[in-house]
This record gives sequence, structure tokens and C-alpha cells, in this order.
Amino acid sequence: MPEIRRLLPTLDIASAPTSLERLRERGFERALQRSAAMTSQAIVAEVQASGIKGRGGAAFPTGAKWAAVLAASGEVRYAVMNADESELGTFKDRALLEQDPLGAMVGLVIAARAVGAKRAYCYVRGEYREVEAQMGAAIQTLRQAGWVGADTVDIEIRRGAGAYIAGEETALLNSIEGKRAEPRVKPPFPTTQGLWRSPTLIQNVETLANVALLFAHDVDWFRTYGTPDTPGTKLIGLSGHIEHPGVYEVPFGYPLMQLITETEMGHGVSGSGHLGAVLLGGAAGTFLAPDEIRDSVLDYGSLAKYGASIGSGAFMVFDDTVDLTWVLTKLARFFADESCGQCVPCRVGTRRILEFLQRGELERRPEDLRDLAQAMKDASICGLGQTAPVALLSILDRLERRTNETRR
Amino acid sequence: MKNKVTLTIDGETVTVPAGTTLRAACDLVGHPVPTLCWHENLTAANACRACVVELKGSRTLVASCSREAEEGMDVRTNSERVLNSRKVVAELLLSTSKSELAPDLLSLAQTAAADPDRFSGGATWEQPVLDDNNLYVRDLSRCILCYRCVEACGDDAQNTFAISVAGRGFEAHIDAGFGRALPESDCVYCGNCVAVCPTGALIGKTEWTLRQEGQWVDDNITVTETVCSYCGVGCQLNLHVLDNRIVKVTSPMDHPVTHGMLCVKGRYGYEFVQIEDK
Ligand SMILES: Cc1cc2nc3c(=O)[nH]c(=O)nc-3n(C[C@H](O)[C@H](O)[C@H](O)COP(=O)(O)O)c2cc1C
Ligand code: SF4
Ligand code: SF4
Ligand code: SF4
Repeated sequence: MPEIRRLLPTLDIASAPTSLERLRERGFERALQRSAAMTSQAIVAEVQASGIKGRGGAAFPTGAKWAAVLAASGEVRYAVMNADESELGTFKDRALLEQDPLGAMVGLVIAARAVGAKRAYCYVRGEYREVEAQMGAAIQTLRQAGWVGADTVDIEIRRGAGAYIAGEETALLNSIEGKRAEPRVKPPFPTTQGLWRSPTLIQNVETLANVALLFAHDVDWFRTYGTPDTPGTKLIGLSGHIEHPGVYEVPFGYPLMQLITETEMGHGVSGSGHLGAVLLGGAAGTFLAPDEIRDSVLDYGSLAKYGASIGSGAFMVFDDTVDLTWVLTKLARFFADESCGQCVPCRVGTRRILEFLQRGELERRPEDLRDLAQAMKDASICGLGQTAPVALLSILDRLERRTNETRR
Repeated sequence: MKNKVTLTIDGETVTVPAGTTLRAACDLVGHPVPTLCWHENLTAANACRACVVELKGSRTLVASCSREAEEGMDVRTNSERVLNSRKVVAELLLSTSKSELAPDLLSLAQTAAADPDRFSGGATWEQPVLDDNNLYVRDLSRCILCYRCVEACGDDAQNTFAISVAGRGFEAHIDAGFGRALPESDCVYCGNCVAVCPTGALIGKTEWTLRQEGQWVDDNITVTETVCSYCGVGCQLNLHVLDNRIVKVTSPMDHPVTHGMLCVKGRYGYEFVQIEDK
């Protein structure tokens, strides 16, 4: 099946990415006009009917989140675009913001309108300077067209300072408030107590781009791709041992193996040419074996069978010569470096996992590692510590299966 | 809103005022949960995670120090997952910091049957003692990063904001700003951070010196109550006396005026008193 382009503009679109012409050509002006004529309740109902799920990693139903912010009490409300994109192997928000920044920005304007936010923030990864400039230009275009401003919604860009943890929604809010990017305890959720304790809607770039598309068309159009459970398309970041790395847009339900083999997409495994494993979802993701890849489609139900999830859409391919323990050690270093240090299971646990791997004790002390991993999953404050041992556990499980098989 | 909520803790039903934390509710039914960073007079930092309990329907365990009781909650304080987390938290802390002066950590380690060696052998917080002023010493190799000192110095008590957490991950540590020595920092030496530190990482200079010399004997210390005479606020002072010498001044955490917090004169002015006496 060829690549689909909905989130990413089709190749015949030649207008400048941040121009007024682009706004019209992509249907985003229509999206703004259509939503401007709707009540908050009607906008939220349409998002709910579309079945959009969050694309930042957790796949939380977007409409439900909007409804929660709308229902929360408080005069002042905020909307936030999460463009901190720092997950390993994840570069799809960057591609989206470079190629078509008006989409996500229009999604943010619609979101702000729906929840009654007069002020919105775009929190962008510090290293993304070109992206930031592009976002600024997109805001300027919307300002000139009268969609952004003091009497509608004002949008401000905030730049991160190079911490993966600042992408976690509550740490991001602290960072916007000028505090250390440490996650907050939940509940209360940002929907009721977010920025400066006011109800706050926070969405990933790609989620907001989907919102713009939805309002440029309608629910039926939106649901023509994807599965009944998870409608729409997803941006996948293909990297590693793959002939054609890059960002590809595919519908949910797409066979994972085709991402690797299709000539218009991955075009096959590079390196040795033989697939060893895929790390799906980035550092916080799960390793999938070739037979598991062959057996799975891009949907949450299909992947749950292997304890996997789509996460941010990072799809890292490893050929069969790669020592996955070496990869695990790299991931462990990433988590140890990026832990904010607030809670004990993650602050010390991520360091101990790294040391275990560096000492080559993965197979010698699986029980101690499992106890540690379980405590990190159970007792860490935020998703970083909770998911840091997930890839490790998927390898431990695999080693265990192998030992059991040889014993038999 | 209802002002009472009813929940189940380890199978026992209990009704508590709305806004009660799970930790307090567990206390009420006589199934207390261990805590390290929680302190009665400070905002819950929920950083140590020793107080986690299992809440039916929740993917992860929840920190009972900061989670409020809700109608119909089903809580377990002694499930296998809870016991594992407590034990691992104790073991991780024992593997990084010196614990002889940390009674809460030692008792957690004991009740959780922690094996101090299980996760040891890697990086630790061993570091030189910071002895840069005459009033208190910072021995951060004992620190468990409970945030108590930061909160006491901040808007929970002192409002000086002289110290904060700096660095991240395993390198996160208590810092007076850019690694400065205390005399160069904003510290006003109220010693309120020292009063709430649960590990001896912040310790009065006199106590630290006597401990170094092997002269500090807990059993030989008597405590005399008095009221501070420097100003008219009426702070209660507990003078800890060893061999006829005041070696430490504290104030009770439940005292209605001080809530355990003092200023530099009350807490460290005793040397001056003793010199005058002579
Ligand atoms: C450690 C960590 C890092 C995260 N980084 C990002 C990020 O860079 N971008 C993002 O959109 N979401 C990130 N998230 C997820 C956010 O917390 C949040 O779920 C998301 O922004 C919600 O938007 P969505 O519902 O549109 O996906 C991160 C989560 C964790 C735990
Ligand atoms: S889990 Fe890790 S990153 Fe998250 S709050 Fe705890 S220490 Fe910080
Ligand atoms: S002595 Fe007082 S001012 Fe100084 S760091 Fe401690 S709490 Fe802050
Ligand atoms: S110095 Fe003491 S009070 Fe401060 S964080 Fe460390 S252990 Fe806690």
C-alpha cells in the first residue's frame, strides 16, 4: 500500500509552509471558520466523535481530555502545544512543523477556543531553533489573518533547555512557570489544575494537526482511514538498519512488516539485510522479534498481545548482528542521564540498571533486576521512571523464553 | 461536596473527613505506612516513595502522603507489590548514602527486611563534608534528597529560598546556588533545614564536632525547656545539655508559635549565652 499524506502535505502543494495561501490550500482556513461558528460543546463533541487519540505517547482519548477541561471550574484556562519531542528515534513533530506548521497551530487555536483559553503556549525543544522560527512565522500569519491576538487567543513560544523530562506534561507546565522541570504528582491532573493551578489542555503537535484536519473536513472523512478503534493516520519515524529512514504517514491498522519492506517506505533492512528486532516506541518502548513484527499491525489492541505500544511512533530497526544488550545499555544510560532525580526508584534505579548492564549481570541476576524494575514501574512518580525498565523487561522475557525452550 | 468519605483499608471500612490523605487514614485504622520525606509541618514532597500503597483500579501504586481519600477507595498497605517497592526503596537508599544517623531509614530497612548489599557496589553519594561556617555542617553523603530542607527554607517556613535541588538524575543534590559555600549564599542560618533533616546530612557544628570526637552520648543529654528571650514572640526553646554545656537548641514541632522553626538567634545564640555566663 502506498504512503498516505494527510498530516504531511501532498507533494503537489507548493505554497510556502507558513503563508496565508498554504492556510487556504490545506483547508485550515475552513477549519478555523467552521469551528468559529460552533459552540465549545459542539467542538468537543466532534473531537470525541472523531476518535482521535493523543499522539504524544499515551494515546489518551483527545475528546475526553477536552471535555474534562471544559467541565473544570476556573475563570482562566490555558492550552499548550507539546513540541518538546525528545524521545529517542522520534522526529515526526519536527517533520510536521517544518513541512506544515500551520496545521498544528490551527489545531491549537481551535483547542483554545473549545476550552475557553485566552492564552496558549507552544513549548518547543531547545535544539529545534529552525522549527521554532517556523512556528513563529506561522503564528504571525495567523495573527495577521485575525485568528490569533489579544481578543481571540494569544500564543507564546517557550523554549526548553534540553531535558527529556520537560516533555512530560506536568514537568513542562513547571518549566513554563519558570520552575525546575520536575513532574508533579497526579492527581490533580492538568485538566483541572495545570498552569498556575488553572485548568489546562496539553496536546502533542501531531494530535493538534489531526484536529485541524478534522475541522477542515468532518468526522466521516477523518474516519476513512485507520481502524474503528483508532481512526486516522500516524506518523512513524523509521530509523536504524533501514534502507530508507524517514518519517512516513500510514493509517492505523497498517501491517508493521510492510513499514520495513514496502519500496515506498523502509525499502528493506540494511546492514546484514536480516531483521533482528524492532524497538517500537523509543527508549520507553518494547523490543519486538521478527515474528512478532510479522504478526502485528499498527494498533493498540494488536500490540498489547506483546506488551507493546506505539508510543510516539519511533520505529528503530536492528539487523540480526546487533547485540541487544548493547542497545539496552545505551537506553539505560539515556534514562540515567535524563531522570530528573526527584524520586528514589528512578533516581537510583536508573543508575543501578545501567551499572547492572555495564557489569554484564543481565542474565546472572534476573530476579534482583525484576524486583527493581517492578518497584520502578510501581512507585516512580512519572512515566519516565515507570517505563525506564520496560525495554529491559522485554529482553529478560525473551531470554527466559529461550532458556525454557532449550531446557525442553 | 460531601464532607466525609468512606473507604476500605486492608479490608477495614473507615470514614474520614474529605481532604484526609491516605497516609492519615491508614494511621487511623492502625495500619500505618512508613515515610521518609513526609513531615508533619511541611508540604508533602512525595519524593521517597516509601509510603506507596496499592489502590484498586490504579495502574501504579500511589503515594499515600499526598493522595487524598475518596469515596469507595479500596486500599492495601501490605500487598506483595507494596512490600517489594518499600524494600527496594530502602535498599536503593542504603546503597547510596550513609544511614547511621537516619533512624527512619534504618527502621524502614528493618521492617521491610531490606538487604543493604543487594543493590550496592555501584555509585554512591560519598563526598567530602562541607564545613564552611561555624553553625552547621553539610555532610551530603548522608542525604536522601527528601526535599525537607528545601521546603523549610522555602515557603513552608523560612521564605529565604537559599537552597534548592540542582543537577539531575543521580547527580541531583542540595545546593546553595552555583555550588557556593554557605557564607556566600543567601542563607541566614536559621537552622530550620537542620531541624527537619532526617538523616544527619545537615547537622549542627557542635553536635558534628562532638560526634567526631566520640563525645556525643545521647543518653547523657538532658533537655530543658525555656522561652527565647531575644524578642517577644515567645518561641519555646528546648536546650539540649551535655556535660553542663548547651549542645543543640530545638523547638517542638507541635509548638503553636514555632512549629519547630526558629531564627538564628534562638537556634544558634546559645554560644553567646554561655560566654556571657562565664
Ligand atoms: C518522560 C516523558 C517525556 C515525554 N515527552 C513528550 C514529548 O516530548 N512530546 C509529547 O507530545 N509528549 C511527551 N510526553 C507525553 C506527555 O506527558 C503528554 O502525555 C502528552 O503531551 C499529551 O498529549 P497527547 O494526548 O496529545 O499525546 C512525555 C511523557 C513522559 C513521561
Ligand atoms: S520517575 Fe524519574 S523523571 Fe519522573 S519524577 Fe521520578 S525521578 Fe523524576
Ligand atoms: S539555615 Fe535557614 S536560611 Fe540557611 S539554608 Fe537552612 S533554612 Fe535556609
Ligand atoms: S539534606 Fe537532609 S533534609 Fe535536605 S534533602 Fe538531604 S536528607 Fe533531606
